Amino acid sequence: MKNDKRADPDALLASLEQEGQGKLTVFLGAAAGVGKTYAMLEAARERLADGVDVVAGWVETHGRSETSALLEGLPSIPPRRLEYRGKKFSEMDLDALLTRKPELVLVDELAHTNIPGSRHARRYRDVEELLAAGINVYTTLNIQHLETLNDIVARITGVTVRETVPDRILETASQIQLVDIPPDELIQRLKEGKVYVPGQAEEALRKFFRPGNINALRELALRYTARRVDRQVESYMRLHGIAGPWPAGERVMVCVSPSPFSAQLVRIARRMAEGLQSEWLAVYVEAPRRYPAGEGEKDRLAKNLRLAEELGAETIHITGGDVAEELLELARKRNVSQIIIGKPLHSKFWEWLHGSVVDKIIRQSHGISVHVIPGKPKPEPEQYNPGRVRRSFSLLPYIKASLLMTALTALAYPFKPLLGAVNIAMILLLPVLFSAVKWGTRPSMTAAAIGVVIFDFFFVPPTFTFTVADVRYVISFAMFLLVALFTGTLSTRLQLQIKSSRQREVKVAALYALSRDIAAVSELDPVLESIARKVADTMEGQVVVLLPDSNGKLVLRAGSASASCLNENEWAVVTWVFEKGQKAGRGTDTLGAAAGLYLPLRADKGVRGVLGIRSNDPDNYFQPEQLRLLEAFAGLAAVAVTRLQLAEQAREAQTLAESERLRTALFNSLSHDLRTPLASIIGAVTGLLEEDNVYTPAARRDLLLTIQQGASRMNRFVNNLLDMARLESGMLQLKKEWCDIEDVIGVAVSRLGIALVNRPLKILVQPDLPLVQADFVLIEQVLVNLLDNALKYSESGSEIAVIANLRNEQVEISVADRGPEVPTEDLERIFDKFYRLKSPRLVSGTGLGLAICKGIIEAHGGRIWAANNPQGGVVITFILPPGNGLPGKVPAAGEGDEHGS
Amino acid sequence: MEAKGARILVIDDEKQIRRLLKVALTGHGYEVEESVCGGDGLSRAAAYRPDLIVLDLGLPDMNGLEVVRQLREWSQIPVIILSVKEQENDKITALDAGADDYVTKPFSMGELLARIRAALRHVAGAGDEPVLKFGDLIIDIARRRVTINGMEIKLTPTEYDLMKNLAVHAGKVLTHRQLLRTVWGPSYENDTHYLRVYIGQLRRKIEQDPSRPGHIITEPGVGYRLL
Repeated sequence: MKNDKRADPDALLASLEQEGQGKLTVFLGAAAGVGKTYAMLEAARERLADGVDVVAGWVETHGRSETSALLEGLPSIPPRRLEYRGKKFSEMDLDALLTRKPELVLVDELAHTNIPGSRHARRYRDVEELLAAGINVYTTLNIQHLETLNDIVARITGVTVRETVPDRILETASQIQLVDIPPDELIQRLKEGKVYVPGQAEEALRKFFRPGNINALRELALRYTARRVDRQVESYMRLHGIAGPWPAGERVMVCVSPSPFSAQLVRIARRMAEGLQSEWLAVYVEAPRRYPAGEGEKDRLAKNLRLAEELGAETIHITGGDVAEELLELARKRNVSQIIIGKPLHSKFWEWLHGSVVDKIIRQSHGISVHVIPGKPKPEPEQYNPGRVRRSFSLLPYIKASLLMTALTALAYPFKPLLGAVNIAMILLLPVLFSAVKWGTRPSMTAAAIGVVIFDFFFVPPTFTFTVADVRYVISFAMFLLVALFTGTLSTRLQLQIKSSRQREVKVAALYALSRDIAAVSELDPVLESIARKVADTMEGQVVVLLPDSNGKLVLRAGSASASCLNENEWAVVTWVFEKGQKAGRGTDTLGAAAGLYLPLRADKGVRGVLGIRSNDPDNYFQPEQLRLLEAFAGLAAVAVTRLQLAEQAREAQTLAESERLRTALFNSLSHDLRTPLASIIGAVTGLLEEDNVYTPAARRDLLLTIQQGASRMNRFVNNLLDMARLESGMLQLKKEWCDIEDVIGVAVSRLGIALVNRPLKILVQPDLPLVQADFVLIEQVLVNLLDNALKYSESGSEIAVIANLRNEQVEISVADRGPEVPTEDLERIFDKFYRLKSPRLVSGTGLGLAICKGIIEAHGGRIWAANNPQGGVVITFILPPGNGLPGKVPAAGEGDEHGS
Repeated sequence: MEAKGARILVIDDEKQIRRLLKVALTGHGYEVEESVCGGDGLSRAAAYRPDLIVLDLGLPDMNGLEVVRQLREWSQIPVIILSVKEQENDKITALDAGADDYVTKPFSMGELLARIRAALRHVAGAGDEPVLKFGDLIIDIARRRVTINGMEIKLTPTEYDLMKNLAVHAGKVLTHRQLLRTVWGPSYENDTHYLRVYIGQLRRKIEQDPSRPGHIITEPGVGYRLL
């Protein structure tokens, strides 16, 4: 079979996914001034001539006449004016474009950074939104702005480009058009002033536009495009099932750390993965002793991992004791073929002390290639991590440690002759150890140093001098310091471990508590409330949960904040988040000027709602750690909301089917059970009215009895229907009181009256049966229905028994007849509405009696069931739960009791 | 006073019911006056001075309960309430407010006539008789003796009080609240379980078959009556 001719399903899926999405064409150039905008406009004009609806969203002409000439005649959307810090800026009007929804939009300079206050921080995000709306986009980009090539460009040209564009943008582009001119020509254009690069000094420009640089950049651009073409050919082959030599299943893994150098590693890994056409993983191993000390470090780690994610890596965060072992285990599990790891910058001594991760990996990496990348971390600009907090330095521990040492010395001094120098040294170790455990390495070292001095001065002969007569004491001094060092280091590490695990525990506990709170609840509002409360507690902020109503409009469903704190701006953010399914607001790239942070409640079938939070401290931005926790909360909330909404839908569907079935049954029942007695009543009455003297008195009485029976039958039926309606509409209110079951049975029996006359009725009530808390009238109704049922379904003359007794502290009442058995599979169904046994006997009835019984008993919190009696017949039994504490001893009225007994 | 010829005022907005009652009651020798609403009914009660009022609870202009309250401000005319099942609560409130008895629609004529007779008898002062007979059950109020078929039954004081209360108002329904108030005192009005226990004890002493009582009849959700 030529199965291999079949198209690769993954490839097919990928091509399908692109449908409905706009197509992106990128005009890629090596540097500014190569004529990208010009080429884009030319292409656009051609499309316009073809009848395509083209609109210029944003085009920079930099005052060049040729370019402006091309722009003429192209429809365009005027830019939006924004004011930022007193200055006016223009930005592309994204909303106008989305509303206008042309076929093709021209967006110049993909790498541009928008003015704060715009919806997205970066223009490429604007473009992504246009594409998502199904609009095709033409855009321009210089190769140096590409994320993964950023380092190389910096190395070649010595200029670091800050505005980078993630590679995925180019990858999703359906076409890349390379715009290229020879270097000489470009330099010539620069000299003619035709090249405009914002924010660059003339001198810098000249340095940048050297033939060497330009050629290198051209090579990068050309190579990138060539690789793209290569891949397009390949994906075409895959899509059409053309066999070819596919690259072996390579997998690249890069080890990420909080070090800024890691970003470089990530980019290298990405290039290698791309070259190998393979998947790649970015892994961070959190080992206790490497736990990031400060927020800055955590921030950097999150940044590095996010970068990897943006570049298409799968990011993995594991916790383990031994970094090298964890890495290798993961590598083996995931069939990694290439490991990329940075060359550490520790000293030889440090490695000797701690062991080298790199060495260990290389030694044990059987069959896996390990690439060790040497690197120099760029000094981090301070503004880069605003979250960095200097560990506060406090003198207090040092003072305390010193005081402790001094105090102990004072205590020990009087006993000097008694104890001897060795024991005193031992005693003086105590404050050292104590400070180590309590305050860490440095205070304990201080204590040790003071200890050494004190010991030397007061205890080592010759005393009261710093001279040491016996050289062996020097060893004691050294021991002192070493003990301080070791215990201090140990305890510091332990404290870090405790701190980290405590933080994790808080997070896990919060998530666990929430999931437990919402797991068993089947109502939406309590779930939303507990989510809002939990998030508000954990994050210390005001929380809102918004869900769409039946019209798809978002409404506030729960939250610690009122709806009023959502002003128009915030609502715009909320709506955007809901529509796009991406987080936005404070601290994110999108709509960062908002006061709150908003996360979508994403489930597999779209966005279910929005979770918003505004920190209690208006200056506080959420840390990446908190952001991840928030996202986890949002995920949980989404799952819960989905679960409840699906359950709701299922219930509705079931109710619909059920009500359909019931309606039919009700119609049948109404037409039969109302018409039959009516027919007999009308027949008898008309007969009686017709003529006075036709009927004998006996016949008249017969006719009158017919009328009475028909009328009572109708009365019963209407009562049943009303009872059922009351039960189902929830209008039934239990009037619970203490009831004597024997009394209830008596009333029910007397109500049936003559119907029971011909029946041997056995009433067995346990003598000391306690009172039950129930609605007397309703329980009586249950008994009447059960007795009525027993009468109908058993031969006249056969015995009926009513038995009441106490079982497991619950009152159990059964009604047994000697009629035919009910098929086992129908034992449950007889409590359904309008269900009637296919009985050989003709039985009149509504088919509601047992359903009403079930409704009443369940409203009491009891249970009712039917069983076939082994001695023949059917037993229907119900139990009532014990009331809230049986009533106490009943006092007699007045004082004296026992009248004459 | 002879029950026949008594004047009965029927207050009901349903024409059919009024017609039925008029025919049936007149047939039994009562004089019947009709009224269609509460306001009119009250003024007619003042003008016509009936011996008994049959009052529908669901009236167009005012609740029957309100009619009972206003009537009781100036008159002790016995009132029998006509109610439907849905007016359970109103019915009990009306009984507590002073109505004498009730019949639930649809009712049998025999039942209504029995209630009317009991109420009228009561007004005539039947309860003052020193010895009350209920078939085999005889209660001698003057001697505090209760006998069944001539056999004396020993009752505790509470049981006796209960028994006497029911007997004095024989044939008439007494609500839980009324019984609890008179036998135990006003602060026990809501302790229905006392009643349940004592009624159970009484039945075991006076009824032939306590689970199918013939004398002390339970009116579900309302109270008891002695027959």
